[in-house]
Amino acid sequence: MHRAHILIAMDAHTISQGARTVKDALVRSLSLAGLTNEVRVVETGSLGIYNKGVVLVVYPDAVYYAGVTVEDVADIVSEHIIKGRVVERLWLTEFIEGKRVAYAAVPPRFSKQVRVVLRNAGIIDPESIEEYIAHDGYEALGKALTAMSPEQVLQQVKESKIQGRGGAFFPSGLKWEFAAKEKAEQKYIICNADEGEPGTFKDRLILEGDPHAIIEGMALAGYAVGASEGFVYIRGEYLMSIGRMRRAIDQARQHGLLGENIFDSGFSFDIEIREGAGAYICGEETALIESIEGKRGEPRDKPPFPPSVGLWGKPTIVNNVETLANIPQIILRGAAWYRALGTDACPGTKVFTLVGNINNPGLIEVPMGITLREIIYDIGHGIPGGKGFLLAQMGGTTGGILTAEHLDIPLAADTLRKVDAGLGSGAILVVDDSQCVIDLVKCFVEFFNHESCGKCTLCREGTGRLLELLEKISDGRGKMGDIELIERLATTMMSGAFCGLGQAAPIPILGCLKYFRNEFVNHISNGGCAMVDTKYAMAENDLAIA
Amino acid sequence: MAELAKVEKIVAAYKDIKTPLIYILKDVQKEFGHLSEDVLTGVARTTNIPLAEIYGVATFYSLFTTKPKGRHIVRCCNNAPCHVNGSKQVLNKIKEYLGVETGETTPCGTFTLEFTSCLGLCAVAPVMMIDDEVYGNLTPEKAMAILKDYKMKGRSHA
Repeated sequence: MHRAHILIAMDAHTISQGARTVKDALVRSLSLAGLTNEVRVVETGSLGIYNKGVVLVVYPDAVYYAGVTVEDVADIVSEHIIKGRVVERLWLTEFIEGKRVAYAAVPPRFSKQVRVVLRNAGIIDPESIEEYIAHDGYEALGKALTAMSPEQVLQQVKESKIQGRGGAFFPSGLKWEFAAKEKAEQKYIICNADEGEPGTFKDRLILEGDPHAIIEGMALAGYAVGASEGFVYIRGEYLMSIGRMRRAIDQARQHGLLGENIFDSGFSFDIEIREGAGAYICGEETALIESIEGKRGEPRDKPPFPPSVGLWGKPTIVNNVETLANIPQIILRGAAWYRALGTDACPGTKVFTLVGNINNPGLIEVPMGITLREIIYDIGHGIPGGKGFLLAQMGGTTGGILTAEHLDIPLAADTLRKVDAGLGSGAILVVDDSQCVIDLVKCFVEFFNHESCGKCTLCREGTGRLLELLEKISDGRGKMGDIELIERLATTMMSGAFCGLGQAAPIPILGCLKYFRNEFVNHISNGGCAMVDTKYAMAENDLAIA
Repeated sequence: MAELAKVEKIVAAYKDIKTPLIYILKDVQKEFGHLSEDVLTGVARTTNIPLAEIYGVATFYSLFTTKPKGRHIVRCCNNAPCHVNGSKQVLNKIKEYLGVETGETTPCGTFTLEFTSCLGLCAVAPVMMIDDEVYGNLTPEKAMAILKDYKMKGRSHA
């Protein structure tokens, strides 16, 4: 029995900040103090805090320490663990209504977060199936397999009105129903973990923070539609996610939660990991299927859609990581519970990644319907350096552009559609007013040009020509008429490109043109960027300070 | 030849996996450093997949390379979240320090500099990945210190 637990978030972000070396030092220090049997150090998933260096939490006191370095470890052990005194200088607190409040004690109405998908991240050890089980893990699967028919499981998902969290917001229940109705000997469930949308890392942190929730969600999907095999397609660059998932699958097999005849129900289901090899386009579901089939990841003609003809020609459901991680909670607590979260048209929570020019970047989970103002200024603590808000790009590089006039729109799939934007993958890129819009648009287009798979002419050539035009304008060689050419090219791509990549690539370009057309005109008439001089001077200053 | 035997061994390891070509190419690249025509021909012969198809796959994905590369692969991100946090200055410093452009290898063969799409580490932007290690919150100076360390010790540091 341990009298205290120290949780340290170990994910790809925190490791890059030195979490591993701090953990090693902590284990050493506890062992020197003879406390190894009394205090357990647990690696956990994301705590969602990223601008404060290495963060750890001491339980049962629920004291958060931030900015912890190897040098601080001895103090934490000798002061907090041995003497029971909080190490003030590292103590993570927030100021609420003028009072210093411990981070763990911030009431939800201030933190604004509701954790469904991330309920276990930062709380359990993601490498321990026992801890997942202790937090209601696999209870939904047990309930479904012993007390529900596949139709009832499908009905719950349909009634929950959950929409696909990969970005398209297609009703997941409907997708499942299509596959369930197909008559086939073999069907497949694929978890799309080919996260590559710039600014998005929610799936990475769900995989690294609570991998068993995904396994359970996939097994439930398999039961509902009659599939016995699943694949998790993970980006090849996400080495840590792959490792955690592999371990979780092995544990689930050992516990009989994957494999033959689960819970003696006659239902069998197993999962295999497939690694990507570096191609953004493989996040498109049919390109992903091609990639699992060992081919170039080029999208297929649709219809037929994967629920009828998918992997190896069989009915296949492709669901995003976040969608699947919601499923066990929906089955456990019921569709009505889920529908009560978020808005009527768009129920549930949404996991966002808040990035760019923001004081408090990170991973958050909030109910649908929250405003951008709340996210940027309450949760994100505003924009650094006293700069102003220029724009936010919603849902990754293919996402729409929002400006100050949109700060109070309730965020949901349907409300954003009205302003030519969407929630997309859940990335929110905040851009301050010291950034050059043309430079930013060029950066978007460089990405599309790099990631276009080359299958269709409009996208392959279109992204290249757009980049040339933007480079011209940015370098001061732009001509009047170039803006109209960009618009024509962009609208043609939107209506004619083969898949979502080429169709969506013009969205942020047209968005920036809509709200910042003057910037483009000024670049052309002034022969380049008026911000260049001040911007580089500022960059030099920043360096001098760093 | 010895190469073919190695390829055969890798292919055999995946006999129970359906359509394992990407896994095979990954392992083959790990073994030989890059996917040369000879090696790909060996894969084609062993798997009975047409060479043209294999070449198509090998050139489609950015983690595969058909040309030899440096001992360390430096992948820099310049997507929007890194961009607004100063990745261009970082990349310029790295280019200056290594004396190469993106896509090139240093003459000594130590580093290959590449451009990568988002690595999903945007909360600690700007970021780069060297081999399997990720580095965040970069400044031009920090990036240079990390590269220097690789150069001196020939190993990574966290």
